[in-house]
Amino acid sequence: MSNIPSDLRYTKSHEWLRAAPNGAVEIGISDHAQSALGDLVFVEVPEVGRALKAGEACAVVESVKAASDVYSPVSGKVTAANAALASQPELLNQDPYGAGWLFRLQTNAPIDGAPLMSAADYAKYLADQAS
Amino acid sequence: MAFIPHTPDDISRMLEAIGVRSIDDLFEEIPAGLRAGALKVPEGVGEMELGRLMSERAAGDGRPLNFIGAGAYEHHIPAPVWAIATRGEFYSAYTPYQAEASQGTLQLIYEYQSMMCALTGMEVSNASLYDGASALAEACLMAVRTNRAATSRRILMPRSVNPTYACVARAIAGNQDIAFEAVDFDRSAGRTPLESLKPYGGQDITALVVQQPNFFGCLEEVDQLTDWAHQNKILVIAVVNPISLALLKPPGHWGERIDVARGADIVCGEGQPLGVPLSAGGPYFGFMATRMQYVRQMPGRIVGRTLDADGRPGFSLTLQAREQHIRRSKATSNICTNQGLMVTAATIYLSLLGAAGLERVAAVSLQRTADLAASLSRVAGVRAAFTAPRFHEAVLLLDRPAAPVLAALARRGIFGGLDLAERYPELGHAILVCATETKLAADIDSYAGALADIMNPSRAAA
Repeated sequence: MSNIPSDLRYTKSHEWLRAAPNGAVEIGISDHAQSALGDLVFVEVPEVGRALKAGEACAVVESVKAASDVYSPVSGKVTAANAALASQPELLNQDPYGAGWLFRLQTNAPIDGAPLMSAADYAKYLADQAS
Repeated sequence: MAFIPHTPDDISRMLEAIGVRSIDDLFEEIPAGLRAGALKVPEGVGEMELGRLMSERAAGDGRPLNFIGAGAYEHHIPAPVWAIATRGEFYSAYTPYQAEASQGTLQLIYEYQSMMCALTGMEVSNASLYDGASALAEACLMAVRTNRAATSRRILMPRSVNPTYACVARAIAGNQDIAFEAVDFDRSAGRTPLESLKPYGGQDITALVVQQPNFFGCLEEVDQLTDWAHQNKILVIAVVNPISLALLKPPGHWGERIDVARGADIVCGEGQPLGVPLSAGGPYFGFMATRMQYVRQMPGRIVGRTLDADGRPGFSLTLQAREQHIRRSKATSNICTNQGLMVTAATIYLSLLGAAGLERVAAVSLQRTADLAASLSRVAGVRAAFTAPRFHEAVLLLDRPAAPVLAALARRGIFGGLDLAERYPELGHAILVCATETKLAADIDSYAGALADIMNPSRAAA
């Protein structure tokens, strides 16, 4: 059973989003996603300053057997990217919700309209996918 | 079992689906004059008769003395190169699909990559691409993926770059929102002056292409051009002749400033001079090398050295997540291929010659072209076009249209050079000539003698 923290929100493409009150958000991929990919060998994060649209492919996670795009769940400007992943991609496998975060955005609109799931909904979504 | 996959019915349904009347209509854009037409081989001839017919026709081509380069170069190929390359163990056009069962082929490609890195001064090479022109197109696409400081997808393409390469790059990359901007050359020096780049300073530009030596055989001021590009956050794509790298500064070391990155960012070119014979349309092979930090954006296969479960060294395909069998439509390239057999020949060629041998080939070619240009320039009505130092090609200006002169030379069994009238009308009556180590002093004398006869018949008779 994968770890799904209750304070985060999730997408169908397995990104998680952590929102702060001032419109800043942190984004990564879920424990389920890292486990499905296997040992990561390379992570490409977006450039700081880049403007992203919701649903835009903006990062790449590559394991020994696959490479997948990561999509930004919301629109905004990249304020930080996790540089540690360049030399230690395994951080994402070890701690997907902490040290393995991918990038931070400053959003310019409320994120309530975004198609995000609660932890409970995401758990149900994963169970449905598995069955 | 039928070995022809499509029935006439299948074909007509497919044609209907795309709205084309016949298969021939698909080739309409190829001018009729360029099509092979009927081969005129009689029906039902045996192998012996057919072989004889083909030998007779081949003899019709003669054995012209060739002074045309322009991207494909006639070099001596030591006999062992193709004797070894065509052994059954090597004789395959591709990198292996059951890769790990083909350790010998993988090791050869690994050696090839190592040699290309040594020649270019770069950190990582791929297993080859289709040819030099498509390698440049791939390099342009790679630059767009790699240069994150630029969003414009504008690429500066000097007019001194091989015009065929520029044309192929436009054909392959031009439909992907990539704009190519022509940069003019200095009419008297024959190279790209820094001043012609200055208007682009501070603009959002993805890459600058620098060919060394350039299409005219002239040496570009690569250090200045590289430094300017890097100061403006523009990637440098080097297009180089691998033989010339035995004498010239490797692109990995281009640039002189200490405040910006040294070296070209992507290096590509045509590998044919390394042991692959001249042949109309190839097969030739393209090469590409880059910095390690950009390796994930490089197209093509890469062979790596590793250790097996018992700790013994072995070879395997690596970084495959960039490639189409894994990344599908988002692969670094879905049009690239590699030329395994040509790479095999090149690797054997390089290992037989060694660094000193390659340097000798380059130095002798340079000297022969200098001799050729000097010798032809002594003919009345002929002079050298450019002042910049050159490698093994030169542009000469004639006092009359070149085509009839070249045709008269061809009738005497001499391919006297490439007529530049169509590609560079502003140069006047210009031809591009080349002499590699295969052209001896006597060959150069025959050319000069024939040219003098043709240009000044009365003087020759007197």
